[in-house]
Amino acid sequence: MRAPAVFRLGRVEGMKHRNRWMLLGLVPFVVMVLAFQLAPIVSMLAGSVRGPGGSGITFGHYVKIFESAYYLKAIKNSLLISFYSSLIGIVVGLACAYSITRFTPKIRDRLLMLSNMTSNFAGVPLAFAYIILLGNNGIFTLLFKAWGWDVFAGFNLYSWTGLVLVYVYFQVPLALLLLYPSFYGIRDQWKEAAMLLGARPWQFWRTVGLPMLTPAIFGTLGILFANAMGAYATAYALVGGNYNLLAIRIGSLVTGDVANQPELGSALAVLLAVSTIVAVILNHWMSKRSQRFTAAQASSGQASGQRRASRAKPWRAVKKEAGA
Amino acid sequence: MIKSRAGWSHRALMLLLMVYLLLPLAATLLYGFAKQWQTTVLPESWTFEWFSEMFRDLRFLEALWTSLYLCAISVALSLAVMLPAVFVITVYLPKWETFMKGIVVLPYAVPGVVAAVGLIRAYSGGPIDIAGTAYILIGAYFIVVLPYMYQGIRNSLITVSAVELLHSAELLGASRKRAFVTVILPNIWPGVIISTLLSFSVLFGEFVLTNMLVGGHIQTIQVYLYRRVGESGHLASAIAITYFLFILALSTVLMKLGKKMNGVAEK
Repeated sequence: MRAPAVFRLGRVEGMKHRNRWMLLGLVPFVVMVLAFQLAPIVSMLAGSVRGPGGSGITFGHYVKIFESAYYLKAIKNSLLISFYSSLIGIVVGLACAYSITRFTPKIRDRLLMLSNMTSNFAGVPLAFAYIILLGNNGIFTLLFKAWGWDVFAGFNLYSWTGLVLVYVYFQVPLALLLLYPSFYGIRDQWKEAAMLLGARPWQFWRTVGLPMLTPAIFGTLGILFANAMGAYATAYALVGGNYNLLAIRIGSLVTGDVANQPELGSALAVLLAVSTIVAVILNHWMSKRSQRFTAAQASSGQASGQRRASRAKPWRAVKKEAGA
Repeated sequence: MIKSRAGWSHRALMLLLMVYLLLPLAATLLYGFAKQWQTTVLPESWTFEWFSEMFRDLRFLEALWTSLYLCAISVALSLAVMLPAVFVITVYLPKWETFMKGIVVLPYAVPGVVAAVGLIRAYSGGPIDIAGTAYILIGAYFIVVLPYMYQGIRNSLITVSAVELLHSAELLGASRKRAFVTVILPNIWPGVIISTLLSFSVLFGEFVLTNMLVGGHIQTIQVYLYRRVGESGHLASAIAITYFLFILALSTVLMKLGKKMNGVAEK
């Protein structure tokens, strides 16, 4: 009777001992994450509230930002450009995502591959390509001038419209990639049913299709927004320090050629991080929600009245969050 | 009938999208081979001059080499650190996985420019003064590829049912270390190679951190390209296209490997 117990005990201890050995495998990972992820974040947070002369805690840097028209303008520009480029990205992405699901999987995958391929062309090379196309001496700029197309004469790549144009370029493939799977959640039977009941295509999309896609749309919007807020290389290569964007301002404050104000830079960086983290959290919530729906749809082909009621509730919540 | 009509408009839309997405690429390619290109749709005359000039440019070759070895070192380091860590977490500490996911998703949510601010603050001056050196860059790169490495390794561990494999190996008398090296590693290898290549291509295109952390001291291919853009458009085009072709080759290998792996998994 005793022997097995002893044996078991020995085994358990052996396990524990061995497991402790195993934990050693985590040490390098913990060290690296502490050193290069957590320490910088802590240092940045500390720096953003560091008092003048390096002592005490102050929120003066944040106050300074919110009192300065210059930095407020940078924040506003960044928010607007991210918002517009994400919105255009979503609209184009939605249309294209719907189209792409109409093709056979083989062609669809090829198209997706092509579109993903272009996303390697982000940052400096992308800005450069647009300078070749639409810059001051760009191919199209010169062509339009030669052809006498005045419509584009007012266009300036190094301005707000130009930046939005370039941002949209890298938002569209991302939106497409994130959105197209959710179109497979909309069954052809529903469309047929709606049409049998006399709905026109636009009515189907307004009342059934788009509401189904709402979580995916808002989730993707979050990712696109964070993507645009954090984008630095493209804007930096395109307009240098000349255009007032949050990411650019942070860069020049910290590595600055003019005046080094690391504390102010830290405070701005914290604000930027907060905005992107909120956007990513939005995406997380929404993708959970959209998964729940797809799961609910998959489990019940014959949605009962009760199910439908419970399904209707989260939609209202979505709308509320969107309105806020 | 409705279907065929829809097909037509969908085809048109896709064509439009592809033209839109490929136009900047095509323009860069043509510009790299163009000798004279003004006020015509296509270049008036062609030349290989820019490409040959690029390969004769020592600074380009140096930047390429710097990029290659910095990315290789960072990815190798990441592999060495992440393989055991993800293995231990997935197999022995599954409770910690949520926590891990939080850590791993953070680099994805925090923009590069913010990370650079933190890194500069933490490592310029103070006890560890490594600002402007390759060390800080390698550390930053490690964090950049964290999500890709973690996801890749974890997914392959789960696909091959690492826990069951390990138990069977132990049941047959293999020591844990031996089981890891001879059973688990060969099985997850294809997935690991994919995340390695993916990480490599991500790092190869990295600009923000590189420029902010070590831009003045170390020139990677991206920093070099940025410097050249202002000088000669044609030369910069040649560089951009070469860079793009390299990344393209890398992702083709990636995709082939991915397909092969899926094929194996299906069998």
